Amino acid sequence: MKKRDNRNYDELIKGIWRDNPVFVQVLGMCPMLAVTNSAINAIAMGMATFFVLVGSSFLVSSFRNWIPKQVRISCFIIIIATFVTVADYTLLALVPKVHKELGAFIPLIVANCMILGRQEAFSSRHPVRLAVLDAIGMAGGFLLALFSLGAIREILGDGALFGVNLFGANFEPWVIMILPPGGFLTLGLILLFFNWFKEKKDEFLADVAAAERSGS
Amino acid sequence: MENLPWIFISALLVNNFVLTYFLGLCPFLGVSNSLETSARLGLATTFVMLVTALCAWVLNTYVLIHAPYLRLICFIVVIASTVQFIEMLIKKLSPALFRAMGIFLPLITTNCAILGLAIFATNRGYGFLEGIVYALGAGIGFTLALVLLAGLREESELSDVPRLIKGTAMNLIIAGILSMAFMGFAGLFSST
Amino acid sequence: MTVGAHTEMPAPSSLRLVLTLAIAGLISGIAIIGIYESTLPTITANKARELREAVFKVLPGVSQMQQLVYRDGELVATEERRKDEQAVYGGYDQQGDFVGYAIPAAGPGFQDTIGLLYGYTPKDKLVVGMEVLESRETPGLGDKIYKDADFVGSFSALSIEPEIVAVKKGSKARPNEIDAITGATISSKAVVRIINETHSEWSERLPRSGSEPPLGETEPAGAGELP
Repeated sequence: MKKRDNRNYDELIKGIWRDNPVFVQVLGMCPMLAVTNSAINAIAMGMATFFVLVGSSFLVSSFRNWIPKQVRISCFIIIIATFVTVADYTLLALVPKVHKELGAFIPLIVANCMILGRQEAFSSRHPVRLAVLDAIGMAGGFLLALFSLGAIREILGDGALFGVNLFGANFEPWVIMILPPGGFLTLGLILLFFNWFKEKKDEFLADVAAAERSGS
Repeated sequence: MENLPWIFISALLVNNFVLTYFLGLCPFLGVSNSLETSARLGLATTFVMLVTALCAWVLNTYVLIHAPYLRLICFIVVIASTVQFIEMLIKKLSPALFRAMGIFLPLITTNCAILGLAIFATNRGYGFLEGIVYALGAGIGFTLALVLLAGLREESELSDVPRLIKGTAMNLIIAGILSMAFMGFAGLFSST
Repeated sequence: MTVGAHTEMPAPSSLRLVLTLAIAGLISGIAIIGIYESTLPTITANKARELREAVFKVLPGVSQMQQLVYRDGELVATEERRKDEQAVYGGYDQQGDFVGYAIPAAGPGFQDTIGLLYGYTPKDKLVVGMEVLESRETPGLGDKIYKDADFVGSFSALSIEPEIVAVKKGSKARPNEIDAITGATISSKAVVRIINETHSEWSERLPRSGSEPPLGETEPAGAGELP
């Protein structure tokens, strides 16, 4: 029982930090940088992607034994496109203002290589529970990544978070941050930070291993 | 409604698909280590964009009026088929070129820039001519961005780059600076 | 539950492949049509309400409106608008008397296309309101074309003869001039240029003052086209 619990937990957590789709695998940020110019837009897009990824993974995993190998990619794409269309119309009906901000990028979720990649690499080869957990983890990590990007860009570029002014009237916003170059630079710097962090961690683990070998 | 020169220049420079709309980043960051491959991929992408714009217009005008909700799926099918068809065409006409392009052709299918082109053109209500001009501008702009980054990357291969920043982080920062440079094109059509 | 690669089986027949795709397509189609139909009323109502609000903003004093399509040389009051037809919106007051037109316009701004709606009363040839519907101008500078209340307000009694002119801030003198926004000259001038160009197109099509189409019996709640 304990082993299975660990496995479930592992699948869920790995997408959030260790195998974070944006920061570690550097996947799926293609159409996403455009919507991270504010925290609320980033979260909306993250939630839409969450819905699409979890839904698609569930269906793909459920039908994995019925879909012939030769047409699997086409089937995956049909499933993903359906979920995206559903998300698109739902957002348009429920929150038209947010939909206007995200604009044409909602249908572009279909082109997010992370979603298709996940179906091919994981959901089509594992049972439903694991597939869904994996999807939740990945989508969660994705949402986290988008939110950090959006928050940083909004705080620096607008002096606000979720539209709430943080710094008062004398703050001179760093406007470039909410413009396209800001997206590139922010992501680049975050990746730089991750590289640095990974290196420090590897060094630390190597030191620990060395210490153990020389017989504490 | 909108004038053609503006559509072309806007897609090419002012609102470059890669540097302003973040479309086509996968090949942008993945393929731009070689100047020559970048140019070839850009050219192939431009061609696919042209065909896609045409098909999108046909679909929008005659088919999708009755079923607008099928738009996304139809576009995806069109793009996948176009790429398949072009692959076969190139294979037949010039096997050498086909070998040189290798894996990049199928990669165009997942290029969000093409789907993005179709969706943008639809949302803006572009007609036949406008769609073609838009696709040309977008494709050439995409190629331009790719070639610029490839050139810079080839240069930096020989430089002493700090280990930490090497790789995608550096490419993104370079892209950010390129994007800033392209912002200077705004106001190109502001004759009063 | 075993974890494994795809179940090994002899290569499936073409029929099986086609059937799988067809079933997938069918289910997908049903799901999409379902969501479309169920969200259609909400989406249509939202669009109508947005249009209504914009028209009422640029034409003070109106409480009813209808779409006027330019067809065969004259303005026709109708809900249906074919793809290549241009349309404006007629605004009417409580009694049903004509007040003015709300005319949509678009054109290149500093960064990208600016879309706007402006109100026009033919009786005294005045622009009475302007509302920016879409823009991607620079935040903090160009976006003042809709954030700066003074700029938007300066369109409230603007003469359109011979055309609107944007002048340096503070030097507005004639009734057809407005102050441009400091630091956003290009965006301000773009707005003015867009209105001038659109108006020169429409002024030939609009009927003589006093003979505008009356408010129709069936009051459409502002027809628009669905994406």
